[in-house]
Amino acid sequence: MLSRESSATLMSAITAFLYREARLQDEHQYEAWEKLWTDDGVYWVPANGADIDPERQMSIIYDNRSRIALRVRQLMTGKHFTQTPQSNLRRLISNIELMDEQPDNGDIAVASNSLIFESSLRDDMLWAARSEYRLRHVDGELRMASKKVILVNNDKAIYTLSFLV
Amino acid sequence: MNMMTGVSPWERLIRPDRVHGSLYTDPEIFEAELKNIWYRTWVYVGHESEVPNANDYVVKSIGPQSVIMTRDEQGKVNLLLNRCSHRGNQVCSFERGNARSFTCPFHSWTFANDGRLVGYAFPDGYEGQDKSQLALGRVTRVESYRGFVFGSFAADGPTLKEHLGGAAETIDRLVRTSPEGEVEITAGFLKHRVKANWKFILENECDGYHPAFVHTSIFGVADSMIGKLYGGTSTALTRDYGNGHTEIDLRPEFRKRDAPMSWFGTSEERLPDYTARMKTAYGDTAAREIMIDGTPHVMIFPNLFIAEIQMFVIQPLGVDDSVQHVTALQFKGAPDLNRRLRQQTMGSVGPAGFLLADDSEMYERCHRGVLARNPEWIFLGRGEKRQRQDELGFTVGHVTDEVPSRGIWAHYRKLMEAA
Ligand code: FES
Ligand SMILES: [Fe+2]
Repeated sequence: MLSRESSATLMSAITAFLYREARLQDEHQYEAWEKLWTDDGVYWVPANGADIDPERQMSIIYDNRSRIALRVRQLMTGKHFTQTPQSNLRRLISNIELMDEQPDNGDIAVASNSLIFESSLRDDMLWAARSEYRLRHVDGELRMASKKVILVNNDKAIYTLSFLV
Repeated sequence: MNMMTGVSPWERLIRPDRVHGSLYTDPEIFEAELKNIWYRTWVYVGHESEVPNANDYVVKSIGPQSVIMTRDEQGKVNLLLNRCSHRGNQVCSFERGNARSFTCPFHSWTFANDGRLVGYAFPDGYEGQDKSQLALGRVTRVESYRGFVFGSFAADGPTLKEHLGGAAETIDRLVRTSPEGEVEITAGFLKHRVKANWKFILENECDGYHPAFVHTSIFGVADSMIGKLYGGTSTALTRDYGNGHTEIDLRPEFRKRDAPMSWFGTSEERLPDYTARMKTAYGDTAAREIMIDGTPHVMIFPNLFIAEIQMFVIQPLGVDDSVQHVTALQFKGAPDLNRRLRQQTMGSVGPAGFLLADDSEMYERCHRGVLARNPEWIFLGRGEKRQRQDELGFTVGHVTDEVPSRGIWAHYRKLMEAA
């Protein structure tokens, strides 16, 4: 159990991390965003609910670390047409909570909500999600060991989602 | 039909090498398609493996209509319309489950999972009514081919086997990839919506002209072998099976490589269990051939697309509103293969897929583009002079030729003119 002060310090570090991640995503700073991941990072956007088994059921994104790198490299070509031109994005992150059940290995379990405004060639879109992170201190800095993004409407037919969510 | 000239409106809009842009954007044409294509011809609905047990059900669709695919107690597969025979409420509001009956939430009429009305709420007041006249609507004809269930709202017309014609053989080719000869649809669907007419999707599925350009971003960064299959020097073919069914036949390229599992970017060594089971099932020689040839890339008109490792189902909702339902194909008795199929499918398709996000972008931009009517036509003449008949009499062309689109439109015109 963390003391009240250390928990406040941790919370402000986490909040700063999530805001920074949001800005890097909104501004298409793909390489800087990729550096936020640990070497074993997993980026998961389930379909059809929050609790499917991604090893058995289809997910919208289920990237291991090398596939995260591939995703970034594709975006960097400038020829990933669904992001050429890039979507204009701004997102709000809120309801940041430290989840009580901390995993054994010392990772920090954090959850937040996000509301993302996307303006693309197709249209203006609003996306809403709950994100669940496992963050880890690596060389004195926070990194993402996993990020699970549960889109509120992930059981419905959704338009192309080609920005970093 | 214009009696003065004997020229049908469809003949004016559809020519051998070009089609009119309004075919993709006119809401009246879309309504006519629902009637003449979606509510008449054979349409793929679901797979038997999605309802494996008695009383299982899954909600599917034919065009914008919701269809419940059930397996009743006798084991028979039914396609029921999700519309109460009282006042039209949808009787089923869950995507899947196991239920002997459906009770309408509005006034509590109850229907067995074979569609029969089994009970009214407050039965007094219904004296003399014939319950058998108040069953759930059904898709008029239901037939399945190797587990793939199709429905047709027309009482008469060709059988499913006649409709599939030469394309039935591609499904045979698909199922033999399983050591037990069966496909299973068990991984759940991604549902990818696009603001585009459904025919842009239909035509794109066997368009071998675009991959080198549209997918250049992923071919450039992943060491994918797919890119080479669609180049100018590729020996792969496009094929028109008639009845609107089209194929990209990649076997000539895979046979040149002569390496089992190369179609899937892997090797026998990486899938030892699968390889052993295939050899036991089919014998060494036949197993090797199957594993070299791979699975088909075939578009069964109007909505079932088998794309080597995945299955797509095209659903039109409106003239500019379509959904692609997509899942990884799973082969019975091949867990190690299936795992890779799921992983590759998740990477490449759906709303965030490395390949499909860019395809979808193209359909949407085409749709916005053809709203401009100058020029009026879409040109589909590529390879017209060099197409030929294969041994079985089907038209084939180079992989980058527009043989499939021309085949689709010839069939489309027949269906629309038969109205
Ligand atoms: S609408 Fe279904 S019972 Fe009345
Ligand atoms: Fe494509």
